[in-house]
Amino acid sequence: MIKLNQVTKTYDGTPVVDSVSLDLPRQGLTAIIGPNGAGKSTLLSMVARLLPMSAGTVTVDGLDVTKTPGDTLAKKLAILRQDNHTSARLTVRDLVGFGRFPHSKGRLTSADAEKIDEAIAFLGLDALQHRFIDELSGGQRQRAYVAMVLCQDTEFVLLDEPLNSLDMKHAVGMMKLMRRAVTELGKTVVVVLHDINFASCYADHILLMQDGRLAHAGPPVDVITPEIIKSVYDIDIAVHSIAGQLISVYYA
Amino acid sequence: MPDALAAPVPAPLRNPTIVIAVLAAVTGLLILGFMTIGARGDWSFILAFRGRKLFALLLVGYAVALSTVIFQTITQNRILTPAIMGFDALFVLLQSVLVFLFGGLAVLTFNAQAMFAIETLVMSAFAALIYGFLFFGARRSLHLVMLVGIVLGTLFRSLTDFLVRLIDPNEFATLQDMFYAGFNAVETDILGLCCIVLLTASLVAWRKFPVWDVLAIGRDSAVNLGVAYHREVLIALALVTLLVSTSTALVGPVTFFGLLVANLAYLITPSHKHIHIVPVAALIAAICLIGGQMLLERVFAFNTSLSIIIEFAGGIVFILLLLRGKAR
Repeated sequence: MIKLNQVTKTYDGTPVVDSVSLDLPRQGLTAIIGPNGAGKSTLLSMVARLLPMSAGTVTVDGLDVTKTPGDTLAKKLAILRQDNHTSARLTVRDLVGFGRFPHSKGRLTSADAEKIDEAIAFLGLDALQHRFIDELSGGQRQRAYVAMVLCQDTEFVLLDEPLNSLDMKHAVGMMKLMRRAVTELGKTVVVVLHDINFASCYADHILLMQDGRLAHAGPPVDVITPEIIKSVYDIDIAVHSIAGQLISVYYA
Repeated sequence: MPDALAAPVPAPLRNPTIVIAVLAAVTGLLILGFMTIGARGDWSFILAFRGRKLFALLLVGYAVALSTVIFQTITQNRILTPAIMGFDALFVLLQSVLVFLFGGLAVLTFNAQAMFAIETLVMSAFAALIYGFLFFGARRSLHLVMLVGIVLGTLFRSLTDFLVRLIDPNEFATLQDMFYAGFNAVETDILGLCCIVLLTASLVAWRKFPVWDVLAIGRDSAVNLGVAYHREVLIALALVTLLVSTSTALVGPVTFFGLLVANLAYLITPSHKHIHIVPVAALIAAICLIGGQMLLERVFAFNTSLSIIIEFAGGIVFILLLLRGKAR
C-alpha cells in the first residue's frame, strides 16, 4: 500500500502540492485528475522519489521512499513520466530490456528475455521490437516506454499522462491494457489523466486535485458530478449515464 | 494493439564484435608500421624509443576516449566534452600556479610522480566543487551547465595567460613545454604511474558499464530503475577528472579530439552498450593518434602539429559518415 502523509512541495514559498495525505489501496486503477497546475505530476514524481519533498512522507509497503535504497524500491514501484527522451540509439527491445535492470543489473538472463517478450506482446509491439525508438511515431514510442515500465514487473505502476500523443484507438487500448494489468496481473496502477471521461469509465478510484490539494476522492459516481466538476474546473458540464458509463459533456 | 502498418522486422543488427575486431586489426597494422617504417640503426634503441612513444599514444587515446564517452553519457549530450567544459584548462592553470608559486626549477626537479599525484588530487577537488553543483543544483539545465563550463574554461585560460605574463621568461619556457600537446616529449617518468592510474580507473569504469547504459536514457528513468543517481554521477565525474589529469600530465591538453572520437564511435557501433562503444572509441582514438603521429613524422617531417592532422582527417571522415546518412 502507498501511504502519503502531509506531502508538500513548495517553490520559493509557493506551495505546488499542499499537504496531501491519502492511502492508495492495493490492486485497482486510480486516476488522478484536475486542472492544469493542480500538482498532479508533481505529486506523482514525489511518490516515485524523482522529486524531493519539501515536507511530508511517502511509504510504499512501509518503506520510506526517501530512505529506501533505490534498487529495493525499483522492484516495488515503477514510474513513467511525460517526456522521455534519449540520445542513445536504442531499439524497442533494448529499451524494454532496461525494465529488467533492477532484477538483473544489466546481465539479461533467459528469464529476463521471457519477461521482455511478454511486455512487448502485452503492448502489441512485436512487429516493432527491432526498430530504433527514434524512428517511431510518438504513440509507438509511448507504448515502448510503457512496455519498459511493465517489464520492470513491479506491483505499483505510476504513469504520468500515458495517453499523451495517442490517438483514440491507442488511447482506448492503453486504458484497457491498464485494466488488464490490474485484473490479470494484480497490479496497482496510478495514472494521471486529462480526459475525465477516461477516468470515469476505467478507474476504480478517482483523486481530483485542485491548487495542490486533494479536493475530492472516491469512486467515479461520487466524484464525477456536475457540481464537483464545476467547482474545480469552473465550467458547466452535464454528466450523462450512457450505456452504464458516466460521460461528461464539456465540448460545447 | 497490433500495428497494421508496422514495417517488417529488419534483419538482426550487425555484430558489434566485428566492428571492434576490424578496428583492432587496423590498430595492429598501424602499430607495426609505426614501429618499423623508416627504421635505421640500432633496433634495440629504436624499439625502446618508439615503444615508449607508442605506449603513451595508446594510454592517452584510451584516456581521452573513455573520459569523453563517460562525460557525454552523464550529461546526456553528444556535444559536450571535458575539454569544452574546461577540464584541461583547469589542469594547465594548476601547473602555472605551481610554477608561479614555487618557481620553474623547483617544479621541474620535484619528484614527477609526487607532482602528478598532487596535481590530480587538487584537480579532483576543484572539479568536484565546481562541476558538482551543476549536476545537483536546483536547476538542472543543460544549457546552464554548458554555459558555465565554457565561461569557466575561458576564465581558467585567461588566468593562465595572466600568470604567464607575471613570471620569469625562463620559467615561462618551462611552462610552455608542459602546455603544448606533443608526443615527441612524453613525460616518460610518469608513464608507469599513469598506466597504474588508468588501470585502476578502468577497473571501476568497466564494472559501471551496465549502470551507465541506464544513465544514458535519462535521470528520471535511471532513478526509476533503481540507480543511485547522485553517487553514480559523482563516481563518473571523479573518473573523468582522473582520466583527463592523466592524459594532460602525459602530453599536455589533447582532449581536442575526444568529441570526434566519441561521435565516430556512436556512428559506427551497432549497439548502445558502453561495453561496445568504449572499445570502439578507444580504438578509433588509437588509430587517430598513431596514424596522425606517423603522418607527422614521416610525411610532414614535424612541420605541422598532431592536432591539425587529426582534426583535418577525422573531420573529413566524420562529415562523410554524416553525409552517408548513418548519423541521427
